[in-house]
Amino acid sequence: MADANPAANEHIILSTRGLTKRYGDVTVVNQLDLDIREGICFGLLGPNGAGKTTTIEMLEGILQANAGAILYRGKPVDSSFFQKVGIQFQHTALPDFLKVTDVLNLFSRFYAEPMDRNELIRWCNLEDILDRDHRKLSGGQKQRLLLALALMNDPDLLFLDEPTTGLDPQARRNFWQLVRSIRDRGKTVLLTTHYMDEAEQLCDEIAVLDEGKIIAQGAPRALLNQHFHGALIRLPRANFLAGSLPPVFAEAEAQGEFYQLQAEAVDTTLAALIASGVSLHGLQVESATLDDLFLKLTGHELRGE
Amino acid sequence: MMFWKRFIGVFTARNLEFLRDKESLSWNLVFPLVLVAAFAFLFDSDDRTIVSVGVVHEAAQEQVGSEHTVRVPELESLGFVEQVPYTNREQALRRLQQHQLDLVIAPAEQRYWLNESSPGSALAAELLTARSDAYTQEILTGQALRYVDWVLPGILAMNLMFSCLYGVGYVIVRYRKNSVLKRLQATPLSAFEFLLAQVASRVWLVIVTLIVVYLICNAIFSFVMEGNYLLLILLAFLGSLCISALGLLIAARTRSEELSRGLLDFVAWPMLLLSGVWFSLDSSPMWVQQFAQIFPLTHLLDAARAVMFDGAGLVEILPQIMILLAMTLAFLLVGARLFRWIGDGR
Repeated sequence: MADANPAANEHIILSTRGLTKRYGDVTVVNQLDLDIREGICFGLLGPNGAGKTTTIEMLEGILQANAGAILYRGKPVDSSFFQKVGIQFQHTALPDFLKVTDVLNLFSRFYAEPMDRNELIRWCNLEDILDRDHRKLSGGQKQRLLLALALMNDPDLLFLDEPTTGLDPQARRNFWQLVRSIRDRGKTVLLTTHYMDEAEQLCDEIAVLDEGKIIAQGAPRALLNQHFHGALIRLPRANFLAGSLPPVFAEAEAQGEFYQLQAEAVDTTLAALIASGVSLHGLQVESATLDDLFLKLTGHELRGE
Repeated sequence: MMFWKRFIGVFTARNLEFLRDKESLSWNLVFPLVLVAAFAFLFDSDDRTIVSVGVVHEAAQEQVGSEHTVRVPELESLGFVEQVPYTNREQALRRLQQHQLDLVIAPAEQRYWLNESSPGSALAAELLTARSDAYTQEILTGQALRYVDWVLPGILAMNLMFSCLYGVGYVIVRYRKNSVLKRLQATPLSAFEFLLAQVASRVWLVIVTLIVVYLICNAIFSFVMEGNYLLLILLAFLGSLCISALGLLIAARTRSEELSRGLLDFVAWPMLLLSGVWFSLDSSPMWVQQFAQIFPLTHLLDAARAVMFDGAGLVEILPQIMILLAMTLAFLLVGARLFRWIGDGR
């Protein structure tokens, strides 16, 4: 165990030790150790079926773990947990026939000190849809309403399970903006996602899950720097004379209209290319992404399973 | 108090749902009206083919089972005369006034009663006096208790039963299946607060619905009402409470809408047929009558009809009230014990 006594660290808001969930013979989450620092956006990243939702639902207190401990601010989770945290599920529904304003009324009555109603409405951009039946909202509007419900008690810790799945690009960006504003208010956000761009955009720290185990953990940039050096350099095949690659590009692979090379030091490689008289017209330089990282760590793709 | 704040929250939301669901709401109001009207017109003639005679033997009242086997020998040979035993003279005479009996005879006292307003009563009296002149005649009057009078409490109770069973039971299972309950679980709302609000919302909406339906029907048919309306409302309250609790019990765990519908039907249909909604169980076999005692609807209807037709007071219907309360308590205790937000299969 990395840290035998997480309670000693005051900045850890939520931690797990040996968290395990089994359904029958299948171990969905296997011996998970997590330490989530206060005030950051923490992402659980992994393909569908990696155990993300199972993990987050155990952390939320919705699912019972088979083994292991969950500590909130160093203490075991008790019945007052739902007072302190905000939860947005991946699949959820609200009672029929209610307007947005009715739903806000309903949830505000659950808490002793709900957030100021007008502030919450402004924050989540709900002004224009207050009188709309919640079943007639667009995907983005519905996620904003669900987020408002999760924020109703002004929680310190917010759980978001795949919050932007199924949203159009515009709605996703709006939602990201909201999540950043939540973190900027000093709240801790724990989200799951299978979009690597979402994790790169939002998360200060990620844990990559595969088959119920953490295979990498840290800040996205640091993880990429740790596993990849340099960048992928792609040049159109037309830039080279037929059959003659310069020595610096001798190990490049042909892919479609391009030759591509994983270069350790981008500037040296480019300088050598220029020196050998190759045109840089149409040059592409790509840094490794979390997708590449996942592929490297597991040997299979992050998405598309 | 957080308890009441949360209770009011769910209660209000559930009321809004009910009132905004215009299709179900109008069905809840129109269906019983249509049924009452249909029964009024379909069964407006008294199509009994035999003569019913109430035989009163009050001495049997103290005996266990309070049944007696005393017969009127003069009428024994007539196959088309039905002799119905009574140990309570008041009850028999009321049936006579409401034209459900054609004649009441007390062999021990050598007296008989006839209802002047009933043609069948004069005929039955002729039958008796033609065979024996030993009986003294007493005369009553009273308008007939129409079938529509008799069936009205049944139809209202049926409406109550379906509304409570499905409005509480089925809705909870649907909310479990589509994860509304999961979202509510992730708040400080307790299961008890949630369930109580579901039941309370349904109970008061059912009572209002029944009052509206009764008032509309009464304006058309002017029903027989011998007792106190407040007692009827009390019965509607206890009955809807009891059957809502039964709905909770059925919906305590399952995530399957199909299973819950099957279970609800399994409870609803026998009650609909055997609780005396459509016809009196008085002439049914003893085992049917005994079996019907397990249904809350039987007790609700017994008490409601006693209030409406016999002018029964609180004391007379106390046994039924106690039974309804006991059943409610049992359903609630077991239901609350079994209840799971997310349910089985996870």
